Amino acid sequence: MIYFDNAATTLVKPPRVAEAVVQAMQSMGNCGRGSHPCSRFAAGAVDEARIKLAAFFGCKRADHVVFTQNATQALNMALYGLLGTGDHVISTVAEHNSVLRPLYRLQREVGLELDLIPADEKGTLRLELLPKLLKPNTKAVVCTHISNLTGNITDLETIRRFTAAHQLLLVVDAAQSAGYLPIHMEQMGIDILCVTGHKGLMGPQGTGALLLREELDLRPLCTGGTGVQSYLREQPAQLPEHLEAGTLNAHGIAGLSAAIDYLNDLSLERIRQQEDSLTARFYEGVQKIPGVRVYGDFSRPHGPIVSLNLGSWDSGAVSDALAEDYGIATRPGAHCAPLMHMALGTEVQGAVRFSFCYHNTEEEIDTAICAIAQLAAE
Amino acid sequence: MRPRELRAILTFPTTTDAMAMERYCLSHGVAGRLIPVPSVISAGCGMCWSAPVGAGATVRAAAEAAAVRTEGYYELVI
Repeated sequence: MIYFDNAATTLVKPPRVAEAVVQAMQSMGNCGRGSHPCSRFAAGAVDEARIKLAAFFGCKRADHVVFTQNATQALNMALYGLLGTGDHVISTVAEHNSVLRPLYRLQREVGLELDLIPADEKGTLRLELLPKLLKPNTKAVVCTHISNLTGNITDLETIRRFTAAHQLLLVVDAAQSAGYLPIHMEQMGIDILCVTGHKGLMGPQGTGALLLREELDLRPLCTGGTGVQSYLREQPAQLPEHLEAGTLNAHGIAGLSAAIDYLNDLSLERIRQQEDSLTARFYEGVQKIPGVRVYGDFSRPHGPIVSLNLGSWDSGAVSDALAEDYGIATRPGAHCAPLMHMALGTEVQGAVRFSFCYHNTEEEIDTAICAIAQLAAE
Repeated sequence: MRPRELRAILTFPTTTDAMAMERYCLSHGVAGRLIPVPSVISAGCGMCWSAPVGAGATVRAAAEAAAVRTEGYYELVI
């Protein structure tokens, strides 16, 4: 199997990740639920992972790294914890449903006001419209760092200048960029960063994190046991316990911690060079095949994602043919990104998404280009 | 029952702080270890740093140097 569905989850994990998970499962007690060696081992491993993630993402305080199950949970915690009645928020049509659905629900339930930045025919966000969307009650801009459909990279510096000029909060969905682009919250003016552990970070599924700027407070989405301040009727005020209720996935977090070590050893620059090289090779190969339409703007910085269609073929049929006849795994359909599909005019056909990782090879890319050429000629 | 002795006890609001204290003390050779919080006192976190009572000043200085948040300092017979 040639695996080109890395935007959904990376298949190849560094061996040390699985080893860390196995060791954790065989030796960890419950983090923060006792002082015996097994519990302390878990607490120490979780604490070490917080420190690593804070350093990796330029978050000033390790205790402002809150572990979650995935980016979706982190985004829900950020949006429900931050926004309420009377607030206005600006987001984009490039968002995944992990952002759109919480915002729509807040619209319905508490009257949140929402405006979305549109995109052009290449899926590029029209950020020049940002000032026109500003209202007196605008509280935040919520945006994806990389579109999970087109692979277009959001110009966060332009958004940062806008949010800084108007004292708005900047919430970034880094589900597709973490482990590919360098992210430094302080330098990039990011107030809340939401990441998942199992994609570019190459950690286990069921891991993710919400990282907060210092002094930013969120209303907890979930309340319950923390192992600390048990006689309080409300959630403890201190982070990270303020936002972490219930037993953590310490086994997974141990794996994520090992994955961060791997990324640091390898270096993001090397990963990005490899993925950029594979993406460019694939794009150059497929864009000249008659009948192939590639989506996204490849004249600007672009992530390791290429989505395309073959004529009027249903994207599901193309993806199935790639899997069944060529052993190539891709993702067809809507990709949980309905508004970007509407912007591209692909809401009926969908699109076939190829997403690459560091462990893919040029030979795999060339095999896929040949397969697409053969399918396009049918 | 084991003999009781006077100990210096430092408590913390969160597990994160307790773990940071342990990390600092282990790397700097500060006496003591994490133990369950004695029932005669209350603290946010269920773990506290316990050290020989003579090391109380050193322990408090270590917490300050490590920028660890603390809740209370006690000298208890436990």
